[in-house]
Amino acid sequence: MEAVTPMDLFLDTFFNWQIVTEAWPILWQGLKATLLLSALVVPLGLAGGILIAVLSTFHSPWIKWPLRVWVDIFRALPPLVLLIFVFAGLPFIGVDVGAWGAVAIGFFLNTGAYYGEILRAGIESVPRGQLEAARSTGLTRGQTMTYVVLPQAVRNVLPDLISNTLEVVKLTSIASVVALPELLFQARQAQSVTYNATPIMAAAVVYFLLLWPVVRMLSRLENRQLASQR
Amino acid sequence: MTGWDRFTDSFFNARVMAQYLPKIIEGFGLTVVLALLIIVAGLALGVLLAVVRAFGIRPLNWLIIFVVDLFRALPPLVIIVLLYFGLPNAGVELSGFVAAWLSLTLVLMAFSEEIFWAGITSVPKGQWEAARSTGLGFVQTLGYVVLPQALRITIPPLTNRTIAITKGTALASVVAVPDILGAANAGVSFSFNPSPLTLGAIAYLVLFLPVVVLGRWIETRFAWKR
Repeated sequence: MEAVTPMDLFLDTFFNWQIVTEAWPILWQGLKATLLLSALVVPLGLAGGILIAVLSTFHSPWIKWPLRVWVDIFRALPPLVLLIFVFAGLPFIGVDVGAWGAVAIGFFLNTGAYYGEILRAGIESVPRGQLEAARSTGLTRGQTMTYVVLPQAVRNVLPDLISNTLEVVKLTSIASVVALPELLFQARQAQSVTYNATPIMAAAVVYFLLLWPVVRMLSRLENRQLASQR
Repeated sequence: MTGWDRFTDSFFNARVMAQYLPKIIEGFGLTVVLALLIIVAGLALGVLLAVVRAFGIRPLNWLIIFVVDLFRALPPLVIIVLLYFGLPNAGVELSGFVAAWLSLTLVLMAFSEEIFWAGITSVPKGQWEAARSTGLGFVQTLGYVVLPQALRITIPPLTNRTIAITKGTALASVVAVPDILGAANAGVSFSFNPSPLTLGAIAYLVLFLPVVVLGRWIETRFAWKR
């Protein structure tokens, strides 16, 4: 028998092709769940964000201050704390929403606050004259928001929106903590069956291949944005 | 028991809270230490990589860009799990604290390098040329002319990113670190009452709410006047 070098051990533990082929069906299930989860929580967070951003255009202190406190609280709480609170805390008062429900609620609160901050900055970047011009042509407040202000706001903060969306997709991995069978959870399952770390490495590779193009694009956009600020 | 009683008994149970408060305070200390260690190491490595990148050594820069992209694309929890649950299969054991620290440090390193680098490239070429023509060396120019200007515009994005990554310390609870969330989870399973989670949430708010408000202030204070 050949001597096992540390390199062999490393390759055998993390890049074992045999294990990859065995674990792939499980990982594929996980990847599908991760994509489905992202398709659920990104629109949900965006909806919450738009709601917050539009509400923050009202000048009444009765809307403005509670909204700011709301946003800061959910930006200050780590998302995992929020998720566990909803998943493990609420059943004690008879509210059991399950793993998917807990993730949906937790992400709505957390990512909604982040999207809300970004979109608010976007709305503030649209010159007031645009709003006044639109209103004076007879558009209602709602129409002005939908057709004039929001499209320009979104364009102005597009890099931040994409960056936040990347973070949200990465964040779906915390759903593994509440046993939702997404990619990381399935990789851990596969690891415990095969006694080999390759499934986790495979999951990391899948995440990387999935998100690398987004990171590349963002890196270009951000460089340009920061450079144009002077 | 009315609904309201049940609610307060579950989430604001004074007896349970008093019992687990010391544990949560210990967890608070641990979270603060972990967060500070991540910030110090992550930002130092980020500056270092950005400065090395400024020398413009091609193969080295490709490596830096790849490493930065890697840790921007991978979810932090995946890195933590890989280090904590994966390495033992190869005979290397890391404690949960070290695994969480190392993972989040690498993530902060990647994000901060990207921001520092954007700051360095945003300094106009004329500044380099003027400094070099007065007789300053490359390193002197970088240290005395370029970096001070670069750092100023990086402060707002850097603050926000650092806060976001530091909040990730809660992920350490997944690898058995008794930080705030870890202590709260343990409290819930021992007492069959979610009040420790309420305490934990309050502890996180005490820690991060001032930081979030500070970040908001810094964003307006240091905003580049156009």
